[in-house]
Amino acid sequence: MINKVVSGAKEAIDDVSDGATLMLGGFGLCGIPENCINALVEKGVKDLTCISNNAGVDDFGIGLMLKQRQVKKMISSYVGENAEFERQLLSGELEVDLIPQGTLATRCLAAGYGMPAIFTPAGVGTEVAEGKEIRNFGGKDYLMEYAFDADFAIVKAWKGDTAGNLIFRSTSRNFNPVMAMAGKITIAEVEELVEAGELDPDYIHTPGIYVHRIFQGKDYEKRIEQRTVRKSGV
Amino acid sequence: MFTKEEIAQRIAQEIKDGYYVNLGIGIPTLVANYIPKGINVVLQSENGLLGMGPFPFEGEEDADLINAGKQTITTLPGSSIFDSAMSFGMMRAQKVDLTILGAMEVSENGDIANWKIPGKMVKGMGGAMDLVASAKNIIVAMQHVNKAGESKLLSKCTLPLTGVKCIKKIVTELAVLDILPEGGFKLLERAPGVSVDFIKQSTAGRLIAEGDIPEMRLD
Repeated sequence: MINKVVSGAKEAIDDVSDGATLMLGGFGLCGIPENCINALVEKGVKDLTCISNNAGVDDFGIGLMLKQRQVKKMISSYVGENAEFERQLLSGELEVDLIPQGTLATRCLAAGYGMPAIFTPAGVGTEVAEGKEIRNFGGKDYLMEYAFDADFAIVKAWKGDTAGNLIFRSTSRNFNPVMAMAGKITIAEVEELVEAGELDPDYIHTPGIYVHRIFQGKDYEKRIEQRTVRKSGV
Repeated sequence: MFTKEEIAQRIAQEIKDGYYVNLGIGIPTLVANYIPKGINVVLQSENGLLGMGPFPFEGEEDADLINAGKQTITTLPGSSIFDSAMSFGMMRAQKVDLTILGAMEVSENGDIANWKIPGKMVKGMGGAMDLVASAKNIIVAMQHVNKAGESKLLSKCTLPLTGVKCIKKIVTELAVLDILPEGGFKLLERAPGVSVDFIKQSTAGRLIAEGDIPEMRLD
């Protein structure tokens, strides 16, 4: 079996060049590839198109790349938590394609399943439908949406092995498995990297065939956006 | 007139035993606090969880376990976790029984606008467009009038649409209304102390008020 292990984030993203299209996993700040984002910030690569459900916050996640003006275009469903993003968008510095969340996920899925397009009712009759082909099935209208075409998919998993198999933890799974399937080159950073054979094949979420590079991540901050708790004993 | 909590409490009465329910952000989130005793409901969070539980106890927060509002939450016995594509797949396939969400405007033919104010707010639609396009039953929790006293129940939405002809029921601080298949807001119940005339004045779209309109009751 091919050994897909690289030394770290710097090596993993070394061939990401200006103008590349990247998919970045995560929902809010949950399950984002922190190590690779930091390495992309350090590398200073620019004119990127980023496909990611959200755009981080001002000082964490994709927000760090926005601050350095590395992003030319964002393709996201919700960007409400980032003031710098909103400023760049309203001033016209940043191109933004806001698309429904299910459409975003399913366009990733289509790419990973080798399907050129999907049909979804999301956005019919709204500005999202402008310029798109509409087909009627069983009396209901659907929009044709194309599979994504991304140079790199960058995801974060809980556990991974040297063959590239991935297991995600809790709701940090979110977009990570569908994006992992969708990149021409998929890079996975994991909290715990083990030898092939140590993970039970029955419990693999993403088969290693989809993953080209994997590395043991470090120093995870795992920031919480909205810390909500209840009092004990209530 | 109803408070936000009372709107949530009234909507909770619409939830039936065995329902899978998706709750949006804002007033809809509060509905979880009022689910009637003895009713089994599974809450779906569109970031990839069925069986959403309450907030964790202090010190037990898990950064990997959040809801669609990015709040720390817990799972319950019987919970399951899945990816975002499957999450929207189960909505599209109408496996989720009821969706409760907020709105900025609703029109008398069931159109909804809740994601964008041109030139002002550009947060995005998140999962709202997918939800309204696919859900078999949607209840909107919203304010009947804005802070300036202008109606948000209109003959036609003025803001960019989230979905068309998809809303069937609305609960506001003033009233419970159905949207008729042929169009129009049919007044079903009024909030305590609110007159039918006041609801008429507060509704810019076509209001249909026939016979005696009872007061909303919270059990």
